[in-house]
Amino acid sequence: MKKIDRRGFIKLAGLGGGIVFASSLSRGFGLNALGSLVDYANAKVENDFYFVQLSDTHWGFAGPKVNPDAEGTLKKAVQAVNSLAEQPDFIVFTGDLTHTTDDVQVRKDRMSQFKDIVGELKVPTVHFMAGEHDASLDRGEAYQEAFGKLNYTFDHKSVHFIVLDNVSDPGAIVGESQLNWLKADLKQQKADARIVVLTHRPLFDLYPDWDWATRDGAAVIDALMPHKNVTVFYGHIHQENHHMTGHIAHHSAKSLMFPLPAPGSVPKKAPIPWDATAPYKGLGLRSIEAEPKQAKYEIKELNVTGG
Amino acid sequence: MRRKKRFLITGVLLASTLLSGLVIYIKASALPAETVIHITAKNFEFSPDSITLKKGEPVVFEISSGDRKHGFNLRAFGVRNDVLPGKVSRVRFTPDKTGKFTFSCDVFCGEGHEEMTGTVVVTE
Repeated sequence: MKKIDRRGFIKLAGLGGGIVFASSLSRGFGLNALGSLVDYANAKVENDFYFVQLSDTHWGFAGPKVNPDAEGTLKKAVQAVNSLAEQPDFIVFTGDLTHTTDDVQVRKDRMSQFKDIVGELKVPTVHFMAGEHDASLDRGEAYQEAFGKLNYTFDHKSVHFIVLDNVSDPGAIVGESQLNWLKADLKQQKADARIVVLTHRPLFDLYPDWDWATRDGAAVIDALMPHKNVTVFYGHIHQENHHMTGHIAHHSAKSLMFPLPAPGSVPKKAPIPWDATAPYKGLGLRSIEAEPKQAKYEIKELNVTGG
Repeated sequence: MRRKKRFLITGVLLASTLLSGLVIYIKASALPAETVIHITAKNFEFSPDSITLKKGEPVVFEISSGDRKHGFNLRAFGVRNDVLPGKVSRVRFTPDKTGKFTFSCDVFCGEGHEEMTGTVVVTE
């Protein structure tokens, strides 16, 4: 009998909806075909969970040469998540929910339309955060009206999540006040606490010439450094990137509107044009399987397809 | 005698002050003059957006905004400043390397922000 792993199970169990898993799970549960859900449940370690990260949906963007399905991609992603056989514990959106506009009313309308679309998600718990496109022009005023606080924490099982705002100040800074808030929060955590930071811009200098940095990100990293188990998930750069600052891992996510070139690979940053031979190439979402006991986060990149 | 000594000390002090002033003056006159370049930031553009400089020659950019708050950042030479409407912002530096370097607005300023860049070319 063919053995399949958890991800394989989800795929076979009717993921459909135009999404495929880009890789298989290395940690197999040894499921014996589709009916063995009970075995799987037994094998699952207590407190393990998984969540889905979606990023840079840029609702309101228009550019047929970059994404001729600008109005459909987010909806496909929602359908794809809803089609997951096992629903995630929660979903996070790591910023740039909407594409920037100088028109305040259009900004609000885009946020409202975005909320309507993601309101179709079956998962009841969704954590939002802002990107500079959402919040930099009005210091997060419209964003807060629509989605709530710019920085906050939440706990899930044994993991402490910290949502950091490095966008509402148009100068790409976290700022002293938020930094003090972060330090006060970290004081409440044990040195070996499982901590996940969710933010929009990279906290390290990935490529500052392209605004791929947080001006006072080093101070944030310094504050996090005494904690042994910290992982950062972010967006902004519209592609996967994995980087270590000491023991802290930083993982960026793909966009759901347009991909961007690798850092510094071209003279000028610009969206990568749509490839008609490979639609949705470079776009995607990801699932993150958390194993708090091992302080381990297994990332699976999921592609969007036309389906 | 005491009066003569006080006079001597005063004289020495005065002479050394004059001498150091002269040294500073000579040093200052030996420095090449700063080139002043005016830049305007407006409608998501810098004007001029291409500037040619000579290596080793000090320069000051005087930057003003024609609309809203911007930022000016020329990372290759470690200079940046906020650019506020109604004020002139200055950055000073002496190019110490040749090549083509990008400057950009680093304050998210609106729909065209990401296009708001320019180039400094430094020649020998």
